[in-house]
Amino acid sequence: MKQIYLILQREFITRVRKKSFIIMTLLSPLFFAALMVLPSYFASLEDTSAKSIAIIDNTGSFTNVIPQTDYLKFSYITDTPVDEVKNKLEESGYYALLTIDTTTENNTPKLTIYSKKQPAIDVLSHIENSLEKEIETRKLKSYNIENLDKILADVKTEVKLRSIKLSKDGEEQESNTLITMGIAYILSFLMYMMVLLMGNQIMQGVIEEKNSRVVEVIISSIKPLNLMMGKILGLASVSLLQIAVWILLTLGLATVGINVLTERTQKANMEQMQASQKLMAEQGIDQSNMPTNISSDEGNNFLSALKSQNFVLIIGGFIFYFLGGFLLYAAMFAAVGSAVENITDTQQLVLPITLPLILSIIVMISGIKSPDGPLAFWFSIIPFTSPVVMLTRLPFGVPTWQLVLSASLLIITFLVITWFASKIYRVGILMYGKKYSWKEMWKWMRYGS
Amino acid sequence: MNILTASNIEKRYSNHLALDDVSIAVPKGSIYGLLGPNGAGKTTLIRIINQITGPDKGEVLFDGHKLAENDIYRIGYLPEERGLYKKMKVGEQALFLAQLKGLSRTEALKRLKYWFEKFEIQGWWDKKIEELSKGMAQKIQFMVTIIHEPQLLIFDEPFSGFDPINAQLIKDEILDLKKRGTTIIFSTHNMSSVEELCDHITLINKSKNILSGQIDQVRMNYGSNVFEIAYRGNIEAIKSNISSHYDIINNDTEGSIPKVQVVASSPSEGNKLLQSLIPHIEVVSFNPVVPSMHDIFIKVVQEYNKAHGLSSN
Repeated sequence: MKQIYLILQREFITRVRKKSFIIMTLLSPLFFAALMVLPSYFASLEDTSAKSIAIIDNTGSFTNVIPQTDYLKFSYITDTPVDEVKNKLEESGYYALLTIDTTTENNTPKLTIYSKKQPAIDVLSHIENSLEKEIETRKLKSYNIENLDKILADVKTEVKLRSIKLSKDGEEQESNTLITMGIAYILSFLMYMMVLLMGNQIMQGVIEEKNSRVVEVIISSIKPLNLMMGKILGLASVSLLQIAVWILLTLGLATVGINVLTERTQKANMEQMQASQKLMAEQGIDQSNMPTNISSDEGNNFLSALKSQNFVLIIGGFIFYFLGGFLLYAAMFAAVGSAVENITDTQQLVLPITLPLILSIIVMISGIKSPDGPLAFWFSIIPFTSPVVMLTRLPFGVPTWQLVLSASLLIITFLVITWFASKIYRVGILMYGKKYSWKEMWKWMRYGS
Repeated sequence: MNILTASNIEKRYSNHLALDDVSIAVPKGSIYGLLGPNGAGKTTLIRIINQITGPDKGEVLFDGHKLAENDIYRIGYLPEERGLYKKMKVGEQALFLAQLKGLSRTEALKRLKYWFEKFEIQGWWDKKIEELSKGMAQKIQFMVTIIHEPQLLIFDEPFSGFDPINAQLIKDEILDLKKRGTTIIFSTHNMSSVEELCDHITLINKSKNILSGQIDQVRMNYGSNVFEIAYRGNIEAIKSNISSHYDIINNDTEGSIPKVQVVASSPSEGNKLLQSLIPHIEVVSFNPVVPSMHDIFIKVVQEYNKAHGLSSN
């Protein structure tokens, strides 16, 4: 045991000290956090250059219907023919020309927008939405219903689906499928990525020991199985450390980033709201029923959905499946490393090992939509794919018997595979200039102890 | 008393027999030479002693008991295919390997300090192995092999990579270890160092032990019936008087005193030979010719292969 610990310690210290490890560990969270924060940052960077749009209203009934915003101004042109405005669009400083024509059909005007550049989507939707609303109101009014405003205010509804997870003892907890899916994705991708990355590192480490001929010195002091286990456990601890740092740093950075952003957007929103309120007041629109504070509501939902996750189970499950899957795959990578003398020779031997991993990622992507479906179920039981697929299912809740079955199968498989791998490893690390193939390795497995 | 006895060891790999009924007995405190052509099975035997691999048949006794897992702490091994972690610092690496051999951290540090001072390499502690020359790295390797003061040391080609000065340093160190009671198994192709260092030898050829014994005895057995005579007088006088009974194999007339080598039919015929010569010439010296290990090695291996219809490769 002490020797395994010595090997583990050496692997851990030499790897953690490497510059590449430090850079990877510290810079990746920046990247992850950027992935989380940047989309909302870019969304906040709306096009703020003022655009003015000319409107030729041939119906004559939509003047001043479309409200101005900070960056959209509308000028209604009555005295210039369409073609002239069209031709002189840029010279006269217009971004686009909107024409409103009457149609016979359903009292809906025909709208056309002319511009040199493809008009931005939010410009289009602003125009469409305001006209749509106006026309709807007008149509409603044409029915001459009494107290229409009151009825409209009364009718206005917003449906929000709250999703509540029932725990065994009947307790209710707010849940959020999107957040659960997000956690599932992150966990299983981390698993997949780390096993592949570290498996390769183990393989390289074994090849390095073999090539530098240090291995025979070492196995005269420690059994090959213990050397292999020490290396694998050493790298497993390196990975767990890296994952812990990644998660903590990413969450920290993302929180800071989001806070900074929301402060900024809140400020901007406030100003905008005040401006539009003023505008609406000017136009005499009743705003007593405008929805307010949606965002803070959603924030609460997010938090309570996060709280609804059984983090003890998820973290415990992650550590268990991570270690199980890691040990299982790392042992096979170590066996392959022992059989070759050069990293370029590993490709054909590594393929059968990575196939189940790739398969489990494919299952994960389709299984995440129905985490209790037969596909996800079976692959979360089969040991070679269960580390990734079970992690996908875990945040959605998994029956205990399935967890126990999958975990015990994983442990048994890990023991069997490690035993076989160590037999290959034991022979392989002392073998130079031999042809490496699965056939040859099968022979090594059957050598006496 | 033997510190190590291996009896009737057999080891088979998938397509060949690496060791076939090999037995050796290593006396405590001796330097034991393990000789043999490449691929004879020496490394396999050494790996069995180190428990890197196990025998299919046979038994290894260490210090009176069956070789057990804990015995690795009492054995030191310098493999022929040796190396160190290239990117690791000398001091950390030595500490790591010493601890693997069962030393506590503090004890390992203490002993390493002693050896670094003794070899005058204190300045290397923080250097990486890849920054050292091959000879320097070999020195570190030798040091970590003996750091845990094992009772049995196994050296496979210990002098390779050393310049003559450092080779001498290592040789002195080996003799010093012997003086302090360490038993050493020494595997090499360098026969002059075998003659110089070894007390006992075993010659393994084609997976079999074909020659074992005390080195002086072995050398006597292989040629003590040859005598070299330095003389004053006429060679014809020798020839005419002894050639009917003995063969003259070497007649060296160079130098002031001519020498002749005569093959007697047995080692005990020295007196008889001398008697028959004394009346005719003046005998300046009379010595049995002890063959070199080099000659014995070649002779024994070739004779064995010829007798068994094997090629020498």
